[in-house]
Amino acid sequence: MTAQDVIQVILYFALLIGLTPVLGNYMSQVFNGERHFMLPIFGWLERLIYKFIGVNPYEEMNWKSFARGLLLFNLIGFVFLFIIQLTQGYLPMNPGHLPNVLWHSAFNTSVSFVTNTNWQGYAGETTLSYFVQMVGLTVQNFVSAATGIAVLLAIIRGFSRKTTDQLGNFWTDLTRSTLYVLLPLSIVFAIVLVSQGVVQNFKTYETVQTLQGAQQIIPMGPAASQIAIKQIGTNGGGFFNANSAHPFENPTPLSNFLEMLFILLIPAALTYTYGKMVGSTRHGWTIFSVMMILLVTGLSISLYAEYSTNPVFGNLPLMEGKETRFGITNSVLWSTFTSAASNGSVNTMLDSLSPLAGMVAMINLMLGEIIFGGVGAGMYGMVIFIILTVFIAGLMVGRTPEYLGKKIEAFEVQMAIIAILAPSFVILLFTAWASVSSAGLSGLNNSGAHGFSEILYAYSSAAGNNGSAFAGLNANTVFYNITLGLGMLIGRFGVILPVLAIAGNIAKKKITPPSAGTFRTDNWLFIGLLIAVILIVGGLTFFPALSLGPIIEHLIMTN
Amino acid sequence: MKTLIISLKIFLFFTVLTGILYPLLVTGITQLSFPAKANGSLIMKDNKTIGSELIGQQFDSTIYFSSRPSAISYNPLPSGGSNYGLTNPKLKALVAECKKQFIDFNGLDSLTVIPSEMVFASASGLDPHISLNAALLQVERIIKSRQFNEDKKQRLLQAIALLTEAPQFSILGEQRINVLLLNLKLNELE
Repeated sequence: MTAQDVIQVILYFALLIGLTPVLGNYMSQVFNGERHFMLPIFGWLERLIYKFIGVNPYEEMNWKSFARGLLLFNLIGFVFLFIIQLTQGYLPMNPGHLPNVLWHSAFNTSVSFVTNTNWQGYAGETTLSYFVQMVGLTVQNFVSAATGIAVLLAIIRGFSRKTTDQLGNFWTDLTRSTLYVLLPLSIVFAIVLVSQGVVQNFKTYETVQTLQGAQQIIPMGPAASQIAIKQIGTNGGGFFNANSAHPFENPTPLSNFLEMLFILLIPAALTYTYGKMVGSTRHGWTIFSVMMILLVTGLSISLYAEYSTNPVFGNLPLMEGKETRFGITNSVLWSTFTSAASNGSVNTMLDSLSPLAGMVAMINLMLGEIIFGGVGAGMYGMVIFIILTVFIAGLMVGRTPEYLGKKIEAFEVQMAIIAILAPSFVILLFTAWASVSSAGLSGLNNSGAHGFSEILYAYSSAAGNNGSAFAGLNANTVFYNITLGLGMLIGRFGVILPVLAIAGNIAKKKITPPSAGTFRTDNWLFIGLLIAVILIVGGLTFFPALSLGPIIEHLIMTN
Repeated sequence: MKTLIISLKIFLFFTVLTGILYPLLVTGITQLSFPAKANGSLIMKDNKTIGSELIGQQFDSTIYFSSRPSAISYNPLPSGGSNYGLTNPKLKALVAECKKQFIDFNGLDSLTVIPSEMVFASASGLDPHISLNAALLQVERIIKSRQFNEDKKQRLLQAIALLTEAPQFSILGEQRINVLLLNLKLNELE
């Protein structure tokens, strides 16, 4: 690494840390319904929505009606997206005359975008019309992120209120996070992206005669508007197949830096919002620190792996699957951030990373997408681990565990365990199934340990709702489209429902004022414990699988 | 039932807002403020489009600077990389072949250190750039094949220096040179 590389890394983290309280504070104003600077601009739109749907924004819901609204809304999104893919050949804005999408691919893609995963078994430029990309996918990019925020707000209210069953209004949360957070940021960012060279048009694909006389067909489309929200909403689904490695998605180092910043920005800021709304910004920063420590540890291992002398290629810098304008540092930064944040966009082909760097990305997925994680999803996923941590700490000292003044009892711990186990089951069982079935093995692009890593990564990505891939795996088959689709559903709603159940139960409890015996959740001891719990749970669950994949590949490579 | 109707209505509202109005607004603003970029940074020559500044092209002729190896041979439908793992024997063989090819093609000493982007395929398969070093290693071969005199050689070197892009704001990304723009310049020198 050169000094210039180090400066880029420092600049990145300085901006991320600096913007966290700014955006975090703004979001708490928005979600609490306080006054903020966007109200005069979009306030009329918010009122228009409530009038149109016939909902009183102050009418609150218990956890069951909150969950019902969320599930129905997501179901409608799924059905709509599924249908427009199956019929895109008859729909407008399809200048390439792309045919209707196959049912299993359409199923996978619909689940994928509704669950904020954005796993892509298809190649955008040769599969989907502008209509599907815009009216179908872009919409889900917004509302799946907003859904994640709504769930987070429900659990926040569960902790900050007492003796009630009211968790807020799902429609209000959905509306406010879309209108005041996601949409304004996306409009500004999309315009900045175009200024760097990202395409935004409705033209037919451009056929050109190259300098050497060959024919090249250059794809076009309304890309910038989708790429902006794909980064902001931790979605990650590329407009083009190569995602943010494609020069039309990510043309310059500046576009790269900003796209990378938006991978982590909202998830990071939500830790501040969380702290503020539960009444302790110090606790928010504690969570931020836990995430940051895990992130930087992974990043260091990845950078070390990619920059050290490679047994196969010697001192040759590892540029396979990397772009010249980004180089190694920006590729490794992105691969770590995108896997930590449940974003899933890539500017480098993860399949060609060195085994240890690939493993770091895989571990980020397996820990449950809580190292900043998805928009909303990362923070509520972390709450699950916090509940587990205070429970274990309570057992150790023989006191009833408490968190934010609320007693943590059997029901909360049961739900937390379900939320942790559901994605783990998906990862391990489906990986095992794919590894021993011909339908699973036929998709491999690499053999041996690396081939196993391709499968393991795919299900980890689905279960963590990440969406990135060791993309050599040909997953656009009935087997993979269905199993990965199921994995994404379990990984999303198998966590959301237990979280909402916890929120509903915890809201009913009284708040005990802190005393001298209260286990503190805002100091270094807690940071250490939480990290230990995350690593032990993740480590025990996945170490055997990891040792069959990236670990053995690393050992083979170095011997 | 009531929840279903609310869900349908709010879904419809957000589809219109974020799926139609938002992309149209961005398209409108950018078509006015950055029309060339919004439309693909296309390069016109003699009233014909010859490519995009951002999309790499295949160059394997002796009279042009070569571009990076590409897993898709610079056919953008669809874009993508090789996705070979580092322990895949195919990758090792490909790298050895690219290295030998680059050395033979440019008449270089067999011990020359070849810039790694010239032996490894890019992520998109459409990488428009190579490093400055990779360009300089190709200069002698191009001069020979185009029969450039000393004056033209100097002008070529000047063009290379001019087209070399530094890291953005001297901090972000890597130094690089756009192969298509460089080859266009090369044709102008003729």
